[in-house]
Amino acid sequence: MKVTFPHMGNMWIPVKTMLEYVGLEVIVPPVPSKKTLSLGTKYSPATACLPLKINIGNFIEAFELGADTIVMGGGWGPCRFGYYAEVEREILTDLGYKFNMIVLEAPDNKLSEFLKQVRVLAGDHSWFEVVRAIRLAWFKARAVDIVEEEAERWRSRERVYGGVDRTFTEALAKIDAAKTRLEIDGAVRWAQNAYRQLDLDYYKSVLRIGLVGEIYTVLEPFVNLEIERRLGRLGVEVSRSIYLSEWINDHLFGGFLRLPGAREARRLSSPYLNYFVGGHGRETVGSTVKFAQENFDGVIQIGPLTCMPEIVAQSVLSKVSQDLGIPTMTLYFDEHSGEAGLVTRLEAFVDLLSRRRARRKMSEVQMQ
Amino acid sequence: MNVFLGVDVGSVSTNLALVTEDNEVRWTLYLRTQGQPIATIQQGMWVLRENLSPLMQIKGVGTTGSARRLAAVMIGADSVKNEITAHAVAACNLVPTVQTVFEIGGQDSKIIIIRDGVVVDFAMNTVCAAGTGSFLDQQAARLNLPIEQFGELALQSKTPVRIAGRCSVFAESDMIHKQQMGHNLPDILAGLCEALVRSYLNNVGKGKEIRGPIVFQGGVAANVGIVKAFERALGQTVFVPPHFNVMGAVGAAILAKEVYWERGETAFRGFAVATDEFTATSFECAGCANMCEVIGIKLNNRVIARWGDRCGKWEQSAHDAQVVTPRVAS
Repeated sequence: MKVTFPHMGNMWIPVKTMLEYVGLEVIVPPVPSKKTLSLGTKYSPATACLPLKINIGNFIEAFELGADTIVMGGGWGPCRFGYYAEVEREILTDLGYKFNMIVLEAPDNKLSEFLKQVRVLAGDHSWFEVVRAIRLAWFKARAVDIVEEEAERWRSRERVYGGVDRTFTEALAKIDAAKTRLEIDGAVRWAQNAYRQLDLDYYKSVLRIGLVGEIYTVLEPFVNLEIERRLGRLGVEVSRSIYLSEWINDHLFGGFLRLPGAREARRLSSPYLNYFVGGHGRETVGSTVKFAQENFDGVIQIGPLTCMPEIVAQSVLSKVSQDLGIPTMTLYFDEHSGEAGLVTRLEAFVDLLSRRRARRKMSEVQMQ
Repeated sequence: MNVFLGVDVGSVSTNLALVTEDNEVRWTLYLRTQGQPIATIQQGMWVLRENLSPLMQIKGVGTTGSARRLAAVMIGADSVKNEITAHAVAACNLVPTVQTVFEIGGQDSKIIIIRDGVVVDFAMNTVCAAGTGSFLDQQAARLNLPIEQFGELALQSKTPVRIAGRCSVFAESDMIHKQQMGHNLPDILAGLCEALVRSYLNNVGKGKEIRGPIVFQGGVAANVGIVKAFERALGQTVFVPPHFNVMGAVGAAILAKEVYWERGETAFRGFAVATDEFTATSFECAGCANMCEVIGIKLNNRVIARWGDRCGKWEQSAHDAQVVTPRVAS
C-alpha cells in the first residue's frame, strides 16, 4: 500500500510523519505547480472551486509516482468540501485509476474519534505507536508554524530580498528530516538563528496586514499566488488568521490543547455573524475583529471564487470595517487569476494603508 | 524651471504629462499603444524631446499603468506606482474636495473612494471589460461611426432603449437585436450608455457610498453620453477635469515629484531612450514544474531587467549582474 494525500501548504510535513510512523509507505505529491493545475482543471467540473481542482491534480501526479491509496478528509455543513472526497473518487475512477480511498471524517469535537481513525490506518501497530506518531506530527506542525511566523515577520524587513525565503525553505527541509522531538527543536533553533544572520532592518516601520479567509487559500501559496511573499516585498508584515497547528488542534484534537484558535474567532464574530455559515465564514469575520482590536493597518480576505462561506463573510465585512475603522479588501482566486491584477490591487491597498497611517501620524503631531 | 514627467502606459493608450513643482500641468501627450509598448514609449519620448522647452529641466520621472515596470526600466523612473494610486493623486490635486473618482479606461474601470484627501476604498473591474473604452470603440466601428460622435449622437435621444449590459457579449447581441427591430441609432447609443453606467455602478461600484464631488476621468470621460447617463443615474453632477484622458500620467508625475523632494536626485536616463535599441525576449524556465515565462528586457543587446519568474531566480540574476538602469545625475 502506497499512501498519498492532497497538499495544503506545508501540511504534508506532519501528515507524512504521522503516516510513516504507523508503518505506511508514503508518496507525497509534487508541490502544486502549473502542471498540477492544468491536470486538475482538465478533469474537474469548471464550476468546482479551486481546491478541488488542485486536489485532483495532486492525486494524478501522485499516481504517476506509484501511489495506490488516498487519504482524504471528509466533512459536513454548507461548505462543498464535505463532498470533495466522493466527487474526487468518482472523477478518478472514471479516468480509469485503480485506487483505495480512505476518508477521515471530520471528528471536529472529539480527540477520541480522530485516534480511532488513525488506529484503522495503523493496522497492526499498537496504541502506543499511534499516539507517538500523532505526537511527533503535532510537534512538526508547531515547528512549521513557528518558523513560518518568523518568516512573515522578517520578510518585510529584509534589505536584500530573498534570504528569508531561502532560510524558510531550508528550515522546512530540516523539520521534514527530523526523526525525534529533539531534532525538531533543533531545526527550529537553527532557523531562528539563521534569520538573525540576515541583513535585516529592525528599525523599519512596517505596515501590518491580517490575512483572513478560507483555509486552503490562506495556507496554500500556489493557490493565492504567493500573496504573503508579495506583501512582504511591499514592506508589509503579514499575520494570518489560521495556522496549521491551530487548525489541527481545533478540528482534529477537538481543541484538546489550550491554544488560541477558532473558538476565540467565532466568539468575536458576534454580533456581525451569529450563525455557522460553513467553512471558515465566522472565523473570517471574527479574525477581522481581532486584527482591528490589535491595531493592524488593514485586513485582506481571500478565498476561492464562488466560495459561499466567504461570500457571506464578505458581505458582513464592510460593516465590520466601518464600525472598527479598519480597511478591508477581498480577493477571490481561481485558475484564471491574473498576476497583474493582483499586483495592482495589492500595491494600491498598501498605498492606501501607508497614506492613511502617515495622515494619522501628522494629525497626532498637530494635536500635541 | 523644474518639471516632472509622468508616463502612463496602458493597454490602449500611452500618455505623457509634464507637471511643474506647483502641480501645474504644462504639456500632455496621448498616444495609442497598439500592442507595442516599447515602440510607443520611445515614440512618446521622441515627441517630448522635440517639444521640451529649453527652460524646462526634467527633475524626476514616474510611471504607472499596466506596463509601468517596463516603462520604468526603459526611461529610468524614480517612482513606479499602480494606476489606482496615480489616478487618486491626480484627482485630489485637481479637485481637493473630491470624494469619489470614476475612472474608465481602455480595459479597466475603477472606482476610488476618497475622504479628506485620503483613499479609503477602491475597486476595479474583475473579469469583464464590458463597460470600458475598447468595447465602445468596437461598437462605434461596427456602426461605422467615429468614436468622437458617439456621445453627441446619444444625447439626441429622447427615448433610450433598454439594453442588457451585464456582459459585452450580451450587450452586443441585444444591441443588434434592437437595431433589427427598427430602433433608431441615437436611442440605441443612449441605451448602451445607460447600460454601461448601470453595469459599472452594479459591478464596480457595488456597495460603495458614492458622494460628491465626483470626478470622472479616463478616456471614456470624453463621451458626453456616458457622462449624462451617470448624472441621470446618480442625480448628481459629474465633473470631467480638463486633462481627463491623461490623469494617470499627471498622477505619476506628482508622485515622482514627491520622491524627488525626498531624495534630491533622479534616475532619469535622459533622451537616449528615444534612440536606444530595446528588445524583449522571453523563454520558458525549466527549473521547476511552474514553467514560468521569463521576460528579459535588453538595452543595446545587454539584459537590463528580467521578470516573470515565481522564484525570483532570474530577476535576481539581472540584479546581481548590476545591470539595472544606470543612474544619471541631471
